[in-house]
Amino acid sequence: MAEYTLKVRRFQPEPEDGVAAGPYWEEFDVELEDTLSVLDGILQAKNDQDGTLAVRCSCRAAICGSCGVKVNGQSTLACKTQLGEAAAEAERTATGNGANGAGKTVITVEPMANMPVIKDLVTDMESTHWEKYRRVSPWLMPTGPEPEREHIVPPEAMVDVTQSVACIQCGACVSACLSMEADPDFIGPAALAKAYRFIGDPRDGQHEERLYDLANDPHGIYDCTHCFSCIDACPKGVAPMNQIMRLRRIAGDDYGIADVNHGRNHELAFTKNIEKKGTLDESLLLQESYAPGVKGKLLPTRSAIKGLLESIPTAIRGIRTGKMRSIPKLIPGVHEKLPGDAQEHVKRIYARAEESHQELNLYMIGEGGEEEGAPEAEDVPAAAIVPEPDESREL
Amino acid sequence: MSEKIKVAYWPGCVSRGFTPELHGSMELTAEALGIEMVTLDRANCSGAGVIAEHNQELADSLNARTFALAQQTDLPMMNICSTCQGAQSECQERLDADSAYRDHINETLKPEGIEYVKAKDGWTNKNFLWLLVEDYGLERLAAQVKRPLSGLRVGPFYGCYVLRPKSRLGYDQHPDRDLYLEQVIRTLGGEVVDYDGARRCCGFPVITMNRETSLRQAGTHVGDAIDAGADCLVTPCPLCHLNLDMQQPEAAKVVGRDLDLAVLHLPQLVGLALGFEPKQLGMPKHIASTVTVEDRVAALA
Repeated sequence: MAEYTLKVRRFQPEPEDGVAAGPYWEEFDVELEDTLSVLDGILQAKNDQDGTLAVRCSCRAAICGSCGVKVNGQSTLACKTQLGEAAAEAERTATGNGANGAGKTVITVEPMANMPVIKDLVTDMESTHWEKYRRVSPWLMPTGPEPEREHIVPPEAMVDVTQSVACIQCGACVSACLSMEADPDFIGPAALAKAYRFIGDPRDGQHEERLYDLANDPHGIYDCTHCFSCIDACPKGVAPMNQIMRLRRIAGDDYGIADVNHGRNHELAFTKNIEKKGTLDESLLLQESYAPGVKGKLLPTRSAIKGLLESIPTAIRGIRTGKMRSIPKLIPGVHEKLPGDAQEHVKRIYARAEESHQELNLYMIGEGGEEEGAPEAEDVPAAAIVPEPDESREL
Repeated sequence: MSEKIKVAYWPGCVSRGFTPELHGSMELTAEALGIEMVTLDRANCSGAGVIAEHNQELADSLNARTFALAQQTDLPMMNICSTCQGAQSECQERLDADSAYRDHINETLKPEGIEYVKAKDGWTNKNFLWLLVEDYGLERLAAQVKRPLSGLRVGPFYGCYVLRPKSRLGYDQHPDRDLYLEQVIRTLGGEVVDYDGARRCCGFPVITMNRETSLRQAGTHVGDAIDAGADCLVTPCPLCHLNLDMQQPEAAKVVGRDLDLAVLHLPQLVGLALGFEPKQLGMPKHIASTVTVEDRVAALA
């Protein structure tokens, strides 16, 4: 048994029993085994010290997704974080930040971020999670005649979507999302990972419609700022950001969907830029991200012109300080190429990779890959195991 | 202690483009520290995660090419860009995971006479921050300090790509990589400013896609650092620098407050403590005023 101090960020919705409305911190000392969870600690404090401490929980085994909180600032499940490891992490960051180690170690526990708090550690997930989740039509929409029996699909396609099927709707990724912090309208990691779950599912018949919708919502797939926070927060390994990037690739490259955020233009402009120059020509990138057709076929859209105009003051400031003094940095397209035949080799790499276009899915082969062995058959969740197509059945 | 450090140096694109002061200050600082850099001038852009979004194999092939060029020097590789680190680590993870895939990519590299070889314990590609703490060492760095930055209040800003995902970025071996900036600031004699933004996102990846979201992120972090009493920020990522410094006047409009906080590149902060002058380190090229930092440093000299 060890003693732990939990510093809990509480919230009182309205004045009651001498407690004023609003947020406040309160410390609880608990005594438990180091392998028990932060949730066990919270429940001991609630049972022994203050029954009004509000927390949502059910299974205590990282299955139900009810006890999403922030432990030492990291969005996670309280039941999946051991007291011993939480204390060690609190100690590590405190000493790393210059504390002398003389003070006691305090595990901070806060309600999830990016959502309103109802009381203490209980948040309102309706407006920030469930509403966005429903926004992506999270159900299968097959088209064509219904099969006589079950759908026959390749097992690997189902293993692939199993990663997003694993989501338990705990909201930890929503809490950690740094785009949503700046833009509360962002559809967000949980809902977009769920969108991939259907867009990656061969039984669904609405892939293009779904993608068109998510690419043309200004707060959709191109509003993700690529910060990886959701990947580290997810207790089930869903890696929502990876699913968002795949949605971008499928929307842009497989379906050629142009989006309202110029995301597809930016991706193509960047990619072409390196093919031509080897290293990034920022002036050219800026211009082409907004208006890829300005030199030829297409006319830029009104929003592209607006975007370009908005970047002019920044460019002028850069010229003034000498940041962009030299001619190559001012004129799009006059950027130095790689020396010797290096650029030719880069172009050759492009030709082969664009032709072959392989994707290695680390979720499918298992992290660490071959050396640690691919996942055993029994590691594949039941939902992913699809019977081999039995041809005799179709006869 | 006195063992010479020699690296294959990948400066990246932005350090020679919109933030030329980064490459310049890195060269000065490395020489003063005794870090010998063999520049990979034939190497290509890491793709910054954007090319991987378009075609994963293309990004993996391009970075395998850079790794292979570095391996020809028989030296570990050093980068000076959080974004390069993240994008390259992602590709390296895939290249190291599957030998058939690696062979396929090496087939592409063959005509140039190069090959990416998977090392037993993982081939080394470290950004300057990691190299400084893990290989150079803070004690050795402290011994090099000629002008301790006493009283300079510095807010660390890491950049997402050297922080997350932890499983890919060597945190199992080096769990304190998310505390190195604080350690370096203190070693140089400066004071660490604790503020909310240190490990958040600068917003740069969506600057052309959602300007408002992007600039709100940058503006909020700069504002928080000012409120916490910072004289400047320091970052190991030139893309963060673009949003935090170059876009700072635009970010100020979005968050509706005055902002004017210097944002230093990591080699600039190190360079100041080694005795270089702000002008030598290219600080006049910055957009946000570096006058406060210059005055503080002048008072120390």
